Amino acid sequence: MAKRDYSLLGPDGARAVETGLAAAEWYHTDVPRKVMKDLMTRSDAPAIRDTIILYGCMIAFAAGGIALWGTWWCVPFWLAYGVLYGSASDSRWHECSHGTAFRTPWMNNAVYEIASFMIMRNSATWRWSHARHHTDTYIVGRDPEIAIMRPPAFAKVILAFFGIPDVIAFIPRMIRNALSGPTAEEKTFVPQSEWGKVQRVAIIYTAIYAATIALALALHSILPLMVIGLPRLYGAWHHIMTGLLQHGGLADNVIDHRLNSRTVYMNPVSRFIYWNMNYHVEHHMFPMVPYHALPRLHETIKHDLPAPNRSIAEAFREMWPALKRQLAYEDFFLRRDLPPTAKPYREDFHKAALGEAIPAE
Amino acid sequence: MPQWIRACATDDIDEEDLIRFDHGSATYAIYHSPDGKFFATSGKCTHEDVHLCDGLVMGHLIECPKHNGQFDYRTGEAKRAPVCVNLKTFATKVDGDDVYIEVP
Repeated sequence: MAKRDYSLLGPDGARAVETGLAAAEWYHTDVPRKVMKDLMTRSDAPAIRDTIILYGCMIAFAAGGIALWGTWWCVPFWLAYGVLYGSASDSRWHECSHGTAFRTPWMNNAVYEIASFMIMRNSATWRWSHARHHTDTYIVGRDPEIAIMRPPAFAKVILAFFGIPDVIAFIPRMIRNALSGPTAEEKTFVPQSEWGKVQRVAIIYTAIYAATIALALALHSILPLMVIGLPRLYGAWHHIMTGLLQHGGLADNVIDHRLNSRTVYMNPVSRFIYWNMNYHVEHHMFPMVPYHALPRLHETIKHDLPAPNRSIAEAFREMWPALKRQLAYEDFFLRRDLPPTAKPYREDFHKAALGEAIPAE
Repeated sequence: MPQWIRACATDDIDEEDLIRFDHGSATYAIYHSPDGKFFATSGKCTHEDVHLCDGLVMGHLIECPKHNGQFDYRTGEAKRAPVCVNLKTFATKVDGDDVYIEVP
């Protein structure tokens, strides 16, 4: 059984480079060029509509929470506000980092900066970390965004529903970035030309949080922090719930997104919060397709993909036992069956990449 | 010594689209702009080893299919992260129904 080293500076990452697993050519379903061009077409309208709804709801819920502060009636308002702040910001950060949400670049950038602040990710650093996540999805030692490492740290996973590990990691990193720029690990994926920007962004974030804390102290109330900062804790649960399903329990060190990513059918509210990233195999295979076209892409290529999970609950019922098995046996993963219409997995290639046979579910 | 090589027919590429063209060990991207002109660049993104031919042409921009970096394919200029290094560009000419590029 292999022990995994997830450090970007460790031996697993170096081995991935040596074996050609890093920056490899990944499997893609064949889609006619005209169909793909149509799917990739950009539009401002869906994202403007969704952004007005999102920020409008956030203002309304925050106003309700402030107006009813001091009574129990404020609780549902803060819970709703928190999910939009601490979870919807994750998907907005994500889509706008790809530049696909809006057709107009400044709109992508504006929402990206706001969402990055809310989700507590340095907007300069994370643009590059996410590029690496797409290059080397779940390649150990290469992908800086592996949510569940093996063996899974269940306590950390549970705490993540309340945003605790992310915030604990973010605050000292923000201060360190503000004082001295990116860390040694960050320098492995952020180009040198962007190091100054990493520091500037961290200084701005630090100043905003310092001002919010100062206001809270001046008012002798945590109310300012209920609006800025704390929702990243009390509203994080939805993005963790959906985010864990993206790759949890599936293969690592493979170059076929059908093996390491999961598509899950979800309810409309979760899809709004998550901006359709439940179509995750599709998103990884074709990251140029905007979120609003992912349902159409799914219909186009589903003949070549494993059957999606039918609901969030069903996906958790599949993933959670697999994570528990990984506690005892790190190499275990769920291998998802392909329909007869699909092109088969390249067993030979993945055997070579893994250095051993693929364990069957 | 630079030489002109036939890359494709003019109607091989829809307007606002591109195709891949390989010559020897080199790979190129040939573009048909919305105003009917043809352009050529090196065929792979400067960020990572990804062919641009599966990317999206929007006006005079080509977007890489892997990380959504963008270049102005007329000048090769890198326009959107994560690309930082410009693309190489190559001269083109149309002769009859054929598109030629000048390769080194």
